[in-house]
Amino acid sequence: MAQAEYVDATTEKKKTSEAVLELQEVSVLYSGKPAVKKVSCTIWRNRITSIIGPSGCGKSTLLRSLNRMNDFVDGVSIEGNILFVGQNLYGDAVDPVEVRRRIGMVFQKPNPFPKSIYNNISWGPSINGYSGSMDELVERSLQQAALWDEVKDRLQESALNLSGGQQQRLCIARALAMEPQVLLMDEPCSALDPISTAHIEDLLFELQSRYTIVIVTHNMQQAARVSDYTAFMEMGNLVEFGETDQIFTRPEKKRTEEYVTGRFG
Amino acid sequence: MNDPANNSGLSFSIHKGVTRWGETGIKFWLRICTAISLFTTIAIVVLLLVESFGFFREVSPIEFFFGTRWVPLLKPSSYGVLPLLWGTMLITVGAAVIAIPLGLASAIYLSEYANDQVRAWIKPVLELLAGIPTVVYGYFALTFVTPALRSVIPDIQVFNALSAAIVVGIMILPTIATLSDNALRAVPVSLRQAAYAVGATSYEVTTSIVVPAGLSGVMASFLLAISRAIGETMAVTLAAGQTPNLDLTLLESIQTMTAYIVQISLGDTPSGGIAYQTLFAVAAVLFAITLMINVISQWILGRFREVYD
Repeated sequence: MAQAEYVDATTEKKKTSEAVLELQEVSVLYSGKPAVKKVSCTIWRNRITSIIGPSGCGKSTLLRSLNRMNDFVDGVSIEGNILFVGQNLYGDAVDPVEVRRRIGMVFQKPNPFPKSIYNNISWGPSINGYSGSMDELVERSLQQAALWDEVKDRLQESALNLSGGQQQRLCIARALAMEPQVLLMDEPCSALDPISTAHIEDLLFELQSRYTIVIVTHNMQQAARVSDYTAFMEMGNLVEFGETDQIFTRPEKKRTEEYVTGRFG
Repeated sequence: MNDPANNSGLSFSIHKGVTRWGETGIKFWLRICTAISLFTTIAIVVLLLVESFGFFREVSPIEFFFGTRWVPLLKPSSYGVLPLLWGTMLITVGAAVIAIPLGLASAIYLSEYANDQVRAWIKPVLELLAGIPTVVYGYFALTFVTPALRSVIPDIQVFNALSAAIVVGIMILPTIATLSDNALRAVPVSLRQAAYAVGATSYEVTTSIVVPAGLSGVMASFLLAISRAIGETMAVTLAAGQTPNLDLTLLESIQTMTAYIVQISLGDTPSGGIAYQTLFAVAAVLFAITLMINVISQWILGRFREVYD
């Protein structure tokens, strides 16, 4: 696939990466009311970008506009451009089904299908005409999601018998099985206990080298630990976007500093 | 005096003071009302069993359940219930063949494809269809469906099973459509989102995720509708006629169990005789079948609830 070459002189890290998603003055409106206001930023290949901010700041809304999951909400409209490797995600000729094949998503609450563990992974690839060995794909995806050892002997059991943390890793495996260009995660640990959360964070480090991940999180420590870039949003505005180190140690905006030091939110 | 910390200053009691007679009276009346409906149900079951028992003292259960001729009123009489069961089954299967695909398709359309405005007027229309008195359906079968069928199939009888099955199918369609719609809409939105997020189309989400997840509710709606078709009386009496018939035919007059009960109830059969008792034996069979189906559908619905708990 043709990649938009993008070189930014400001940091070393950016030089070695390229833009996967470019947001240009993106606004998301619910029945005309803006929930996200003119957000511009770039999501870099094989990097983890986290979006932080207080409840209701529009971070989940923004995330869902990146793979057109907002299409299912009545009265949503998008302004501005979101370029996915150079193509406008909301262009007239774009098939949202194709978009979601390439930009996967993990949701806030684990939502495995009421099917077997195996079929949870294989369903997506099979409806999309995957022609390789399904057994291998299932094993590889479960291994990438650090779940294989726990479930390898009971792949035909219902996924609903798994614990919450295992279900969430299964959902990650299910998304990875599609070999997406980008993986969107909407507060993937918010329904999990601290041990499962630690599991998923370890997993994020593992995935980082191969996947482009955008993660929305409530948890600032999590953002600081796992991400390369951080976007801070408030009231629908992107207050500050930059490298995670810089956002947490030398924020440019006073509001960002107040948030990351826990003075509000 | 008003120091809250000073417990010795408290001067109220938490013991019973005034008896609330209104409360007691209402509780009493509610109990009576519940008891009445419970008592009625029990009384009906007991009556059916007692009278059926009287019937089976005269007629052997083997003749009743396996006999192939139902001639209770003429000599030589014969009490094989199979022709009536067969009549009921023809109507029920015919109605189900019509109502299940149409009802399920409507439910899928309503829950997965229709937007809120469309739903807002289709659902009440469907419920209106469920509210039409069944005698109107029977009349509709006799005066519209049968003549229409005759133009296609000239040798169809005036009273025939096909036209009755068609109207009963239309009659139970709203039950299937609305209950299945409820079952499909009860499937969590998060499951649909999960499916869309791996690049599924609406059709794939519906057929592989939503319908299987809501299947027990959908099956229960089928069973409830079928049990309604089995118990349906007025439309089949009017449209299908009064001829016990064990042939595999939809074009001739048949008689269902319910239509037989109507025939005897409206006629001048003296009470106490064996012909009179057949009424209860047939009703007991009818009751046993519908009870069984309702129990199965409740059981299926119970399983359905567990899935998302």
